[in-house]
Amino acid sequence: MDTEPRQTAIFAKGLRKAFKDKVVLDGIDLDVPRGTIFALLGPNGAGKTTAVRILSTLLRADGGEARIAGCDLVKDADGVRRAIGVTGQYSAVDGLLTGRENLIMVADLHHLGKETARRVADALLERFDLLDAARKQVSTYSGGMRRRLDLAMTLVGDPRIVFLDEPTTGLDPRSRRTMWEIIQGLARGGVTIFLTTQYLEEADRLADRIAVLDGGRLVAEGTSEELKRLVPGGHVRLRFADLAALDAAARTLGVVTRHDDALALQVPSDGGVRSLRALLGRLEDAAVEVEEMSVHTPDLDDVFLALTGRPEKNEKVASK
Amino acid sequence: MTAFTQATADSATMLRRNLRHALRYPSLTIAGMMMPILILLLFVGVFGNALGDGVGGGAKGDYISYVAPGIILMAIASGCLSTSIAICTDMTEGIVDRFRTMAIARSSLLTGHVVGSMIQTVVSTAGVVAVAVAMGYRTHAALLDWLAATGLLVLLMFALTWVAVTLGLIAKNPEGASNSPLIIQFLPFVGSAIVPPESMPAGVRWFAEYQPFTPVNEALRGFLAGTPNGHDTVVSLIWCVGLAVAGYTCSKVLFDRKAPR
Repeated sequence: MDTEPRQTAIFAKGLRKAFKDKVVLDGIDLDVPRGTIFALLGPNGAGKTTAVRILSTLLRADGGEARIAGCDLVKDADGVRRAIGVTGQYSAVDGLLTGRENLIMVADLHHLGKETARRVADALLERFDLLDAARKQVSTYSGGMRRRLDLAMTLVGDPRIVFLDEPTTGLDPRSRRTMWEIIQGLARGGVTIFLTTQYLEEADRLADRIAVLDGGRLVAEGTSEELKRLVPGGHVRLRFADLAALDAAARTLGVVTRHDDALALQVPSDGGVRSLRALLGRLEDAAVEVEEMSVHTPDLDDVFLALTGRPEKNEKVASK
Repeated sequence: MTAFTQATADSATMLRRNLRHALRYPSLTIAGMMMPILILLLFVGVFGNALGDGVGGGAKGDYISYVAPGIILMAIASGCLSTSIAICTDMTEGIVDRFRTMAIARSSLLTGHVVGSMIQTVVSTAGVVAVAVAMGYRTHAALLDWLAATGLLVLLMFALTWVAVTLGLIAKNPEGASNSPLIIQFLPFVGSAIVPPESMPAGVRWFAEYQPFTPVNEALRGFLAGTPNGHDTVVSLIWCVGLAVAGYTCSKVLFDRKAPR
């Protein structure tokens, strides 16, 4: 591709894939610069795993083209494989071997040589906090340990580009945090990360750029700040002791959204201190007691819901 | 590194992995040994005298010389079970995806399994032979006959292992993979392993005479008795080569379909 810049690690144009007559990917364009973290965000069944499987040479696309580290996905699959490491959703570890044996096996497949293989394995065991379990069979590992070993095996060959398919799904909060730190560490070392997630918090926290995948199409792409700008601003939610106070407040503030069941009002606001003070001042002048106040700035959840077209359902429930 | 040395190195890595599995979980290998040993104990120790009459002998010692070659074939056929299960387990778990995203020799996964299975089967077959000898089995075979018998058995092992790989690739889950090889395991019964086909009802007899285990069984019996049988040996070789080619071809097609390039 002539339009592909030098600094691009992952480039795709018009990727399409259908299973029988079910279209899973419907024309995906990607351009992930080297050394960045890219998150593909989407609900279950959006096509995230299919995208990763195609980009990591596991699955052939029906149409479109892609280059990974400058190698064509189809014409130079082994070139792609030499540049990438993949950690799928289902752990690709050998449960009958020990953690150390797993790492040495992968090192052998990279033809590192006996000495180097052992050294690399031990270094990774230490880096991923698996030294204590190094000689235990992987079938005895916890979910978090398996995931760490899986990623460690992916890193044996020092891949320049790492694909992570839902790396933290099913992990407890502490393991998830550890995984995030590991991913950030890799990116600092210059590795390009392509991860999929259904957690907005994860994309928000890790990714330089986020693409939202829904129904096989990328419905938005940008930094998390850019995406947040796509949805209308935030609001303040005020709760009152009784209906009389709610009515008084509604009269005072003018156009607001009422939730009578919850005795709450929703007032558009930028969430800044000055506007909050002004809002509370007006209520105080009108002698209305506020029971409780909460400030909502738009987060990726709002973006996600707005983009993937599922907010109506939620609103219907809320306003009933 | 040339393609060949890479394929060899990768296959060796896969072989180490499979042998480690076998050592760590020997139950399948042992199960593969137990069936022929139990049948040996049962048919020689319990039914031996009656069956000995049926094959024209009379004493227990005569029947064991008749049945031992068939029991050895059962030991080899039993090896299929662990091969199919191991292949199917690999294909249904995430590990094969890891191998496929690495720049390794594609053939190495199956090669490692085939060589590993053959080593396991050699060990379990040797165990069965040892039990037979302990129970009084003696041969009149010369060294050359032994070598020919071993060669034939290794060829059969190779052919059946590729058939087992195919069955493992066809199976949807390891439970399914543990069922289909049972047919292979029991084929020697409907041959000349336990009693001569001449003693069977017409339809079964026809099957017994033309199924692959019968000529192999007769050829092996010939070598071990020190009286090689040319015709059966040639038919056996044709069967083994045919099964090996068919098993290898089917395995390759199925593997490429399940794990496309």
